[in-house]
Amino acid sequence: MHPSETLTDKETGTGLHPLRLLLILLIISILMMFAGLTSGYIVRRDEGNWLEFDLPTGLLFNTIVIAISSATMQWAWFSARKDNLRQVKIGMLTTLALGVLFLIGQWQVWGELVSNRVYFGGADSNPSGSFMYVLTGVHGFHLITGLIFLVLVVVKSLRYEVHSRQMLAITNGTIYWHFLGALWLYLYLFLLLNH
Amino acid sequence: MAANIPTNAPVHGTPTVPHVEHDEHLHHDEHHEQSFLTKYIFSQDHKVIAKQFLITGIFWAIMGGALSSLFRLQLGWPESTMSWLTPVLGKWVEAGKLNPEFYLALVTMHGTIMVFFVLTAGLSGTFSNFLIPLQVGARDMASGFMNMLSYWFFFISSIIMFSSIFIETGPASAGWTIYPPLSALPQAIPGSGAGMTLWLVSMALFIISQLLGGVNYITTVINLRTRGMSMGKLPLTIWSFFLTAILGLLAFPVLFSAALLLIFDRSFGTSFFLSDIYIAGQALNNTGGSPILFQHLFWFLGHPEVYIVIMPAMGMVSEILATNSRKPIFGYRAMIGSLIGISLLSFVVWAHHMFVTGMNPFLGSVFMFLTLIIAVPSGVKVFNWLATLWRGNIRFTTAMLFSIGFVSLFISGGLTGIILGNAALDIQMHNTYFVVAHFHLVMGSSAFFGLFAGVYHWFPKMFGRMLDEKLGYVHFWLTFIGVYLVFMPMHYVGIAGFPRRYYAWTGFDSFSQFADLNKFISAAAIFAFIGQFIFIFNFFYSIWRGRRATENPWNSNTLEWTTPVIPGHGNWPGAIPAVHRWPYDYSKPGAEKDFIPQNVPYSQTQSSNLPNERETAE
Repeated sequence: MHPSETLTDKETGTGLHPLRLLLILLIISILMMFAGLTSGYIVRRDEGNWLEFDLPTGLLFNTIVIAISSATMQWAWFSARKDNLRQVKIGMLTTLALGVLFLIGQWQVWGELVSNRVYFGGADSNPSGSFMYVLTGVHGFHLITGLIFLVLVVVKSLRYEVHSRQMLAITNGTIYWHFLGALWLYLYLFLLLNH
Repeated sequence: MAANIPTNAPVHGTPTVPHVEHDEHLHHDEHHEQSFLTKYIFSQDHKVIAKQFLITGIFWAIMGGALSSLFRLQLGWPESTMSWLTPVLGKWVEAGKLNPEFYLALVTMHGTIMVFFVLTAGLSGTFSNFLIPLQVGARDMASGFMNMLSYWFFFISSIIMFSSIFIETGPASAGWTIYPPLSALPQAIPGSGAGMTLWLVSMALFIISQLLGGVNYITTVINLRTRGMSMGKLPLTIWSFFLTAILGLLAFPVLFSAALLLIFDRSFGTSFFLSDIYIAGQALNNTGGSPILFQHLFWFLGHPEVYIVIMPAMGMVSEILATNSRKPIFGYRAMIGSLIGISLLSFVVWAHHMFVTGMNPFLGSVFMFLTLIIAVPSGVKVFNWLATLWRGNIRFTTAMLFSIGFVSLFISGGLTGIILGNAALDIQMHNTYFVVAHFHLVMGSSAFFGLFAGVYHWFPKMFGRMLDEKLGYVHFWLTFIGVYLVFMPMHYVGIAGFPRRYYAWTGFDSFSQFADLNKFISAAAIFAFIGQFIFIFNFFYSIWRGRRATENPWNSNTLEWTTPVIPGHGNWPGAIPAVHRWPYDYSKPGAEKDFIPQNVPYSQTQSSNLPNERETAE
């Protein structure tokens, strides 16, 4: 927005702050991307010549990690609303750590896949395995953007710019983080049901 | 940021409206000088970004037109020697003949440039950026920073696409639809080597640019409308930009998915789209892929994309027709309804591009049925445009001529859409010039006419000067006649079976009879292309030397004409005007003048108020 723009003399829109709406629209675009990939997965699987393999066991562990990270993020958000600034920092740093742990876990899963002879590319690869890498990889990329977002919120909180009267940044961060968690949950269930 | 703009808004106060959370922008320091760099290059002002998009778009349009002139030379005079082009094309001319693979590269780049870089970024990028904040009554886009990023992603994407033309193996050559396996295998055609890689990287950046721009347009329309500007009072331009942005938001990510998988197939040895291929006597080890899957993913974007191209033109044409007919737009709500209808339908018709892929005939008939329904909202729009013109007090400004030309081209091109939407007919016509003629009229030329109409109409607000009308007339008639001379005969050769995508047709006796018509089409195309330089001269000459514009040269109603001749960053020096009425109060019975701007309250127009408006005025 232009620095002199005020939201006081505007027609009431959705009731959402513009930056919140921007975030939701970006989330929709990410959703459409995964809708494209997973529907491609289904179409391709129905055509046959599809390598069946057991999902790596590490995925369950990672799913639990990312679920816990959503909880700690929510805890940080509640703390911010109660102006408990120390807990905000603890909550967010824990979330960051769990996010990094999730990424490391996904890397291990890729290793597990390779040791199970499920390859991304090359002569021995099959689209079923390649899709597995693409879905986890693209999600991982978005998780990195989520981590960057959270780091920015942490920096704000260190400057005392996150508290009960300035909730925009941490709420947006929380929404994005929950979205990434939910997206992973969707992908995990999708892979469980369709692998 | 805008130190020169006095604002009466309570900048540092805490806003007290319920729908606002804490607005962190309000705490920014706004008193710093603008350097040349932040004012003209890395500007966050939507009007400067719009001009950046426009000028980049003009550059690309010249490129796209020049490439098409080159391949029209080949098609019109296949026997001639082209050694005179060697200074430009270098080794792409071999022994006086155009290299056949380079011919395909020319067609590919022409399509890519025109569809994406000119008619998506150049059209939507220019006018959504320029008009949305001005017409809804906002000081800038929701996020000026993301808006700036949107242009610079487009710029980098442009640089990469442009540089791909100059590499040794040539630019991408698999058509603008880049179907694998042709696009996936460097062995298949030289252009599928480094050229294709650059194409994909460029398009990925382009998609990011479109998404950054699109989310901004949507948010600005929803959140930053000025007081009184309800959705039912928005100019049709804004409705069309708004729906276009939504289409882009839903369609472009899917193209990104497709491009990503194609990148993996090309560079990382996966087999999403490749299976059982023998090339140059060798069997590739890719198994299990499906090239049809790519087409589904591509056209799920590709079809909405043609509406992304045409809808902004529709919106601008509606606005210009009403202003210059001095009449309210006919069927305002039907216009919005038909835009929404077209937007919804655009997502359920993609497979009509794939009738010849051997799809299940039942599925084909479902897509055919849905496709033909598009004729309904399109027909509503055409009827409303004609009814707006009917008995209007028409002012033939250049913008008006281009708008009427748009309606003409949209009708001519739309009629053949009904033919091609039929699976049974499309299978006959699909590989002929009939399809080329159809989409060049209905979305290519029409959208270009919308673009020209927009530039002629809003140039005074962009640069504070008028474009020359006489040059504009010459430009219009050359273009209008040129377009019909190119594409009308093309329908004929198409119906007669002349195949598209062929580099040379001289080897086939049955097609030799079209030699004269092909020559004619080529001459007309080059003639129309040369005509565009009149516009380019007019454009750049008028930026500095044109007649000075007044604040509201067309006596128009929308809010952008209430700003100063050259609005600064922030658009209105004082408060943003509130809106009281719809944007189409032209020639209202009883009114003093034949237009009543949107910011005039009913209390000031007692003589022309309708019974229901009298109550509002009291």
